[in-house]
Amino acid sequence: MKKKHKVRMNQDHLYGYSFVAPTIIGLLILNVYPLIQTIYLSFTSAKAFGDYDIVGLGNYLTMFTSKEFWRATWNTLLFCILTVPVGVLLALLVAILLNSRVKGKVVFRAIFFLPMVVAPAAVAMVWKWMFNSEYGIINTIFHLDTEWITDPNIVIVTVAIVAIWSSIGYDAVLLLSGIQNISKSYYEAASLDGATKIQQFFRITLPMVSPTLFVVMIMRLMASIKVYDLIYMMVGEGNPALSKSQSLMYLFYRESFVSGNRGYASAIVIFTVILIGIITGIQFIGQKKWVSYEV
Amino acid sequence: MAKTKRWRTIGTYIALILGSIVMIFPFIWMLLTAFKTNSEVMQIPPSILPSQWNMASFQKALDLLPFGNLYLNTALMILLRVLCAVGFCSMAGYAFAKLEFRGKNLLFVLVIIQQMIPGQIFIIPQYQMLAKVGLTDSLFSLVFPGLVSAFGVFFLRQAYMGIPDEVAEAACLDGCTRWQTFTKVLFPLTKSSVAALSVFTAVFAYTDLMWPLVANTNINHTTLSAGLSTLNGQFSTNYPVLMAGSLLAMLPMVLLYLVFQRHFIEGVAMTGGK
Repeated sequence: MKKKHKVRMNQDHLYGYSFVAPTIIGLLILNVYPLIQTIYLSFTSAKAFGDYDIVGLGNYLTMFTSKEFWRATWNTLLFCILTVPVGVLLALLVAILLNSRVKGKVVFRAIFFLPMVVAPAAVAMVWKWMFNSEYGIINTIFHLDTEWITDPNIVIVTVAIVAIWSSIGYDAVLLLSGIQNISKSYYEAASLDGATKIQQFFRITLPMVSPTLFVVMIMRLMASIKVYDLIYMMVGEGNPALSKSQSLMYLFYRESFVSGNRGYASAIVIFTVILIGIITGIQFIGQKKWVSYEV
Repeated sequence: MAKTKRWRTIGTYIALILGSIVMIFPFIWMLLTAFKTNSEVMQIPPSILPSQWNMASFQKALDLLPFGNLYLNTALMILLRVLCAVGFCSMAGYAFAKLEFRGKNLLFVLVIIQQMIPGQIFIIPQYQMLAKVGLTDSLFSLVFPGLVSAFGVFFLRQAYMGIPDEVAEAACLDGCTRWQTFTKVLFPLTKSSVAALSVFTAVFAYTDLMWPLVANTNINHTTLSAGLSTLNGQFSTNYPVLMAGSLLAMLPMVLLYLVFQRHFIEGVAMTGGK
């Protein structure tokens, strides 16, 4: 019996290593080496081509004294402030509506989720067209002449609206599955005690769904800090409002793959990842105040 | 009481219908614009329905972008990324959940750390590696960052953890090897998780913009997402063509979504949090 067990263990070793080998080798090539390389590049003057020198903290100094960089950091944070609270609240509202007893729930859910499966390039283009200041349908319907795309003070709000519209269904689906996991018995007991629907929402639904709400918020926050595609498509090069709306990731893309400043761009991406780490960390500390895990 | 309940139901319907209109309208407007002529969309006040349903913009979009190549590249990229994710992540997920081997925890920590770091930090070196061996502008470069997935390993490990050890042991009593236990007994039991990971991988690959823009700059070798974005630069004032191009680029994924709608949404609900 003991011998058999040992044979099994040895077999486990062999199988274990060969089963994880593709993944581990892949992670080493695709992630571990690139991570080290990015950190290394951030200390060099690397360009798209040719030789480069080690410049120590030079890129970081350039970055921290660059107006463009701080502007991009502020734009990114502003974008998060504009999208995350409103987006998550609206998603919660949609989830609650979808959770009520209505016919055609599947159809409504599918409609709200639709933007998730559409290429962001297509989403950005149709919104850009609808927000067009001269011929756009939005200005026509509401009798406005707002320069949604070219006014530097407005453009980030425009992009935020599109971002919220794109992610609402996805977040709602996650929140809905959280709401549906709440046992019906709580509501039955509450209505026996004469609690109103509104009381039930604040005393049962909200606390019980708070862990899911937290996950959705973190996820949305991380995605918002990394925003790039909508700004690339809706604002883009040559737009006078670009400097007022470019995010850190867009600045990273332009520095690394348009201007070819690989070293400087590496410093920007490392800063962004650290920023994500710090903000997520703050959220994890803050959650203790409002997320309830007891059942 | 019954009356307030009825009003509440009516309110719910109204809110859902209004919300649905906001969600659907951009796509309807896209469709209507695509059939109009460029001079018709620039008239004030704008027309709602096209005065004539003309297909010229679709023809123009097809002339401007090599849609055949883009469909093929995107489909192959998605297929290969899904196959890699399902194959490699299942193997590793099974090993991390069910097998004992030295250094297992250490290796799993490696997976967890990779899962938490945003992917953008890897892009420059990933591109440099491909450029060095001359593999940019290829199908391989599109698949490259998706060859392995730390998230997929983590996600499928959960699925294997959920299967009781007795199931594997019962299979082994009948004298099958580890490989057979894995492929014949355990893998089929993770079907719903594998489906969820496939949907997640496919949607992510399809909507990703930065990587194909960076790695495959040749329009014939890139994806629908990236190809479409080039139209924006060249034809930024011809909205019917932009809308027609968008519709052509969206169509395959939206059709798949309409057919497998439940799998898409449930897949996302399962993988949620990434």
